[in-house]
Amino acid sequence: MSLENSRQRSVWLTVYASLVFGFIYLPIVVLILYSFNRDGVGGFPPRHFTLGWYRQLFSDSAIWEAVVNSLIVAAASVALSLTLGLLAALALDRATFPGKALFRRLVLLPLILPGIITGLSLLMFAVFAGMPLSLLTVFLGHGTALISVATTELFAGLQKLDRAQEEASLDLGATPWQTFWRITLPNLKLSLVAAGLLIFTLSMDEIAVTFFLIGRDNTLPLEIWGRLRRGITPEINAVSSLIFAVSVLLIVVWYRLRARSISSAPRELLENL
Amino acid sequence: MYSRTYKTIVAAPPLLWVCLFLLLPYALMFAHSFWLVREGALAHQWNLQNYRALFTNPLYFQVLLRTARIAASVTVCSLLLGYPLAYYLSFHAGPRKELLYQLVIVPLWVSYLVRGYAWKTILGSDGVLNGLLQYLHFTREPVSFFLYSPFAVVLMLTHIYTPFVFLPIYAALEHIPRTLVEASQDLGGDRRATFLRVILPLSIPGLLAGATFAFVLSLGDFLAPLLVGGPSATMIANIVQSLFGAAYDWPLGAAISVCILLTTVALLFTTERLEKRWSFR
Amino acid sequence: MSDGASSPQSATPPLSTLLEVRGIAKRFGRADVLKNISLEIAAGEFLTLLGESGSGKTTLLRLVAGFEQPTAGEIWMGKERLDTLPPYKRRVNTVFQNYALFPHLNVRDNVAYGLRVKSTPRAEIGGRVEEALRMVKMSSFADARPSTLSGGQQQRIALARALINRPELLLLDEPLSALDANLRKQMQSELKALQREIGIAFLFVTHDQDEAMALSDRIALLRNGALEQIASPREIYSRPATAYTAEFIGQTNLLRGEVHNGVVRCGPLQWKTAQGAGTVVMSLRPEAIQFAEDALPFPDGVRFRGAIRQQIYSGASEFLEIDCGDNLTLRARVPPAGPLAGECDFVFSAADAIAVSESRALAPSGKPDHKTA
Repeated sequence: MSLENSRQRSVWLTVYASLVFGFIYLPIVVLILYSFNRDGVGGFPPRHFTLGWYRQLFSDSAIWEAVVNSLIVAAASVALSLTLGLLAALALDRATFPGKALFRRLVLLPLILPGIITGLSLLMFAVFAGMPLSLLTVFLGHGTALISVATTELFAGLQKLDRAQEEASLDLGATPWQTFWRITLPNLKLSLVAAGLLIFTLSMDEIAVTFFLIGRDNTLPLEIWGRLRRGITPEINAVSSLIFAVSVLLIVVWYRLRARSISSAPRELLENL
Repeated sequence: MYSRTYKTIVAAPPLLWVCLFLLLPYALMFAHSFWLVREGALAHQWNLQNYRALFTNPLYFQVLLRTARIAASVTVCSLLLGYPLAYYLSFHAGPRKELLYQLVIVPLWVSYLVRGYAWKTILGSDGVLNGLLQYLHFTREPVSFFLYSPFAVVLMLTHIYTPFVFLPIYAALEHIPRTLVEASQDLGGDRRATFLRVILPLSIPGLLAGATFAFVLSLGDFLAPLLVGGPSATMIANIVQSLFGAAYDWPLGAAISVCILLTTVALLFTTERLEKRWSFR
Repeated sequence: MSDGASSPQSATPPLSTLLEVRGIAKRFGRADVLKNISLEIAAGEFLTLLGESGSGKTTLLRLVAGFEQPTAGEIWMGKERLDTLPPYKRRVNTVFQNYALFPHLNVRDNVAYGLRVKSTPRAEIGGRVEEALRMVKMSSFADARPSTLSGGQQQRIALARALINRPELLLLDEPLSALDANLRKQMQSELKALQREIGIAFLFVTHDQDEAMALSDRIALLRNGALEQIASPREIYSRPATAYTAEFIGQTNLLRGEVHNGVVRCGPLQWKTAQGAGTVVMSLRPEAIQFAEDALPFPDGVRFRGAIRQQIYSGASEFLEIDCGDNLTLRARVPPAGPLAGECDFVFSAADAIAVSESRALAPSGKPDHKTA
């Protein structure tokens, strides 16, 4: 392909691609910009740079309680999803059993199903089981929904594993249990960390499922949501900007880890639907 | 190599969990859709009243139509934005491809709420867009059309789902061996012919996957209308949400949810079939 | 031994030049993959680009096809400049190494692709597709999908797909390297016969020297991006220009010696030579060395005695490793002689010892009637 020629003639495509990029990033840029704006969230152009909103944010105890709640739920979700996700990935990779295809679909379903369905069905379950709505129910919602994420990531990691290593371990006298701890798991380290990061981020940001399972204690997204009802202040811009910054950091780390452990990237997540 | 015990230990816990916390809840929802609310309380009376109401009440049909229209618009717009972007990255970006790819996926995982809120602040009557237009003297008064309209919902959801649509398309395009592109050119196909006859057909599975994702998730979205849509953009999921909230009627809400669920599953099934037909490996 | 490729220039008047490569250089980053290559391809000629991996042969092919742009130099086809045209405007078609058949089209649509893209009338396409498939003996596979075909079958379809466009020059990028040995031999003769039948020029890339010798009218040997030698197979074998050529094509003994007063001395051997004084490298093919007792006497015979170190039997002949003393070991190829031991007498004709250059011998002018230095 005469690359030089075709690149010259793709000016329009480059312009269009840049515009799409701009569309994707512009709102966030605006958001961050206005978090430093003294005069509120709208109008143009922003004047009067201030860090006041961030200062207000840092003394806002309700927000920080919500952050702590979110962290608790996220950490628990990571633990649950990784454990069950690892087992599910192992099952899908190595075992054949009746209904395997159905199982695979079921595990991956929450990924593509609108959050409201997952949330409501679990709500009905909670009522049925006599569970009061609380962080526990939120945790159940996140954990269940995010198993699919863990399974996909870990499955991809398992596929890249050299089966001969495990066979060598067994050949040398290790039991399957020992092989799992000494060979399989260490090889999955990168995948596990990458999956964990992703689940953590998704749980921290989760809102649709959480909406129906929340009790008295708010998670961060729902705390923000509640405030939106009351009125918009740049403090919300500030907290949103911080969320964005932290998310970006985590995702970049996640991506780097994943790229190191497997060659194919997050596209697998959607490809496996 | 893997004993029966191993396989059981490995498959059992997730299976059990999935049965308990996915299958059972879906079954419960399914059951609820056949029950009723009598005098403000749930009555376990099996009947088809909810479904009948759904199919006969014109209000639901209207909302459903609007929802479908919004979802379709979001899908189309996301494709119009996402496909060329994926094409550009795959075929024209050269060495910067990896970096640009990372730049595209990063917003993907950043809070839905953050991005929706950003649009809220931009599109409002006192928002950034109106401010900009007035500053540039394009308009004298704020344009109210931007916010609290189906337009705003489509705009916001397109923004959310364009990276989602981008991903599988990019993957599919990357899978196309470059020798096929060269072969097409060698045989006389210019860029347009090569795209239409070789690249596009081979990218269809990715396109279908992305489109399904955008459509299904937009169909069931209730947050976007609440944030930026206003009453004129009420979508079917909002109705469900209110039925589980203020307008207490869980069975009816469950019935609508079941419909959404079945529609989603049907769509997934169809696209999976189509993807298989169009995948040439 | 029959030769599948006789050089056209010996029997016919000079052929018209189809393609001219002038001073082509190609650089990737810091690497000079091609350095100042010039050659010509005659109409109807089977020219092979031969070389190791990294020699630049595939790059040169891709430059002619249009998938790369030259860093310097020009390519001309007749009166038209070729290298400024995109691939889809060149009257050149390629058979790719891994065939590059379109997986989403069946055989018929694959073959018809080049015609469809140029809006050839429907009525004409059908007939030409049938003709092309018949030419490669794949008529019954018109509705099959490429994924159901074997490697050899896919290769034929790739050929048909290229030839149907009636290009002036067909480029083949190691098309037989993915086939197993027997199939490969069969396809070689089919390919040669096809080229003769159609009469268009083939530019063929391979790293296999046997293949090059069997198929080509001329061979262009590339080394590290430069043309080492370009000549017919007979000539390149019997009169290699450089030590590299002598070793790459066939086997040889490289003798390093000193010339004084018209006599070249190489280890214990010496004979008269017309070479000027100084060091010299000579190439002596193994088959030139015979048992002294079997050979008819010839005037410039060089006799020597040597101890047989190794005997490698290969059916129709044997290779002998002969220690001639004074650190000189020669390889000889003799008819099967039964187990041998000890010392024997050998002889070779001085005329068979060809002086070769150490480095690249070729000046930039690879014309069809070029003679080796």
